[in-house]
Amino acid sequence: MTLLAIDDLVVEHRSPGRPIVRAVAGASLSVGPGEVVGLVGESGCGKSTLARAVCGLNPVTEGSITFDGQPVTPLGLRRRKLTGIQMVFQDPYASLNPRRRVGDQIADGLRTSGDTATAPADLLERVGLPRDFVSRHPHEFSGGQRQRIAIARALAARPRLLIGDEPISALDASAQSQVATLMRDLAVDSGAGLLFISHDLSVVRLIADRIAVMYLGRIVEVGNTAEVWANPRHPYTQALLRAIPKPDGMGVLPAELPGDVPDPADPPAGCRFNPRCPQVMDVCRDKEPDFGPVACWLHEPK
Amino acid sequence: MTLDITDLKVTIGGKEILRGVDLSLQEGRVHGLAGESGSGKTMTGLAVLGLLPHGSRATGSIALGDRELLTLPPKELNRVRGGEVAMVFQDPATSLHPMLTIGKQLTEHMRHHLGVDKREARRRAVELLGKVRIPGAEEAYGRFPHQFSGGMRQRVAIAIALACSPKVLIADEPTTALDVTVQAGVLRLLRGLCDELGLAVLLVTHDLGVMSAVADEVSVMKDGLVVETGARGQVLREPAHPYTRSLLDSLPDAGSDPAPAPRSEDS
Repeated sequence: MTLLAIDDLVVEHRSPGRPIVRAVAGASLSVGPGEVVGLVGESGCGKSTLARAVCGLNPVTEGSITFDGQPVTPLGLRRRKLTGIQMVFQDPYASLNPRRRVGDQIADGLRTSGDTATAPADLLERVGLPRDFVSRHPHEFSGGQRQRIAIARALAARPRLLIGDEPISALDASAQSQVATLMRDLAVDSGAGLLFISHDLSVVRLIADRIAVMYLGRIVEVGNTAEVWANPRHPYTQALLRAIPKPDGMGVLPAELPGDVPDPADPPAGCRFNPRCPQVMDVCRDKEPDFGPVACWLHEPK
Repeated sequence: MTLDITDLKVTIGGKEILRGVDLSLQEGRVHGLAGESGSGKTMTGLAVLGLLPHGSRATGSIALGDRELLTLPPKELNRVRGGEVAMVFQDPATSLHPMLTIGKQLTEHMRHHLGVDKREARRRAVELLGKVRIPGAEEAYGRFPHQFSGGMRQRVAIAIALACSPKVLIADEPTTALDVTVQAGVLRLLRGLCDELGLAVLLVTHDLGVMSAVADEVSVMKDGLVVETGARGQVLREPAHPYTRSLLDSLPDAGSDPAPAPRSEDS
């Protein structure tokens, strides 16, 4: 039983005078209830666009997104019926309204879900903040506290799917794993699914049940977190993991992945990773591997 | 030239931020400074350059060779700052001027500090861009920061810091804003430059992995004090202070790391 099913999703950004950019070029992914899926990749690979499309914030060009059997429609000006998906954004300095008290902002979420029994203060308590913070304004809080408030606001609407779009990258290092673990615990406790987007693999590894690795608009590898971490199969995943420096005191410089992410407006022919791949073969330059769970010609399903 | 910090104390608005920090940087060595946010890592870096916020008082001693930086008159401090001691900041998107070409940003202080003419400054700038491995250095000279990716911008920021051949480089979380794959490249670059130019580098970072990869000596800070200093291998493998141990223990189980990185030859 899947909660969210993304099937062959294509999202294009069009801007006048520029070539069309395929930010997401045929990605498939699913999230089940109570499941935490971590989506990782370098900046510019289309992770955020995918998340925004799931929320209906970006129009879908091709493919489909189904939530609970219903297609996700673009978010318009009218009142929205689909409040089962809630998002926590990257920058808590920009995502909270600076002119309203945090309690009022959380109350918006409660009203959406028709919840009259819960008070905004209860939600603050759940994210680990004192109850009397409801009458304060966002500027009185630090980044980590603001992100907790943003999480409380998202939870107030009783989502069945919570999306975190780099929710920890604007935070201090010491607050990062705390906030990530909090998001995981709250989502799992309420039985909701969590799609957690981050470029920080070490945090994703802490909280995710499954990891999806994205490269240039496509999901290149999906798998159980422990398996992917212990035995990465796609050369890109291997390169990503090798680039993480280890705190072993040996003074080993992390391995470098040569080259830059190609321009998504003009992706390379064949496999999108072929210009940077250390194990490139002839077939990689001609045909794009469009199978899963590892989209690589080395791991073609028989 | 070495940089010696002894018993550095900084107070801001009556609050003691640094409570007696001792550090010593040697040329050709990377000294890592670790600790949680709020422990005073960045303040230590800023104090060396006299960039502490307004209303702060610093006592103790910061000695560059035989000069005392804390009591240096502003005019002479300006000669040290950017000339002999340079800094690389965390976020290259905000530390570079968005409306000046990187060429302008690379040559401005070079002409001021070194008194070279325009053509010579340009020649040096292009050479520096090549040294930090910016592809197409000649064309890159005339571009603006927004035309570069994050990793390239940080390389430009490093080039700017190196322009006047400093003796000491202070790098404040230089790779925190970057992707891991890009981080690997920038770390290699920093290590290479340190070895090649004999720089004394103070690397401020919260990431013990980064620390382990490039630092020779490691100091751990907590609440404005250095609680432990020692060689990299010793601090990270056999920490003597309980706080260092708790920092290492809080890392997600480093023992089971797969995908062994190939040993680097160029370190």
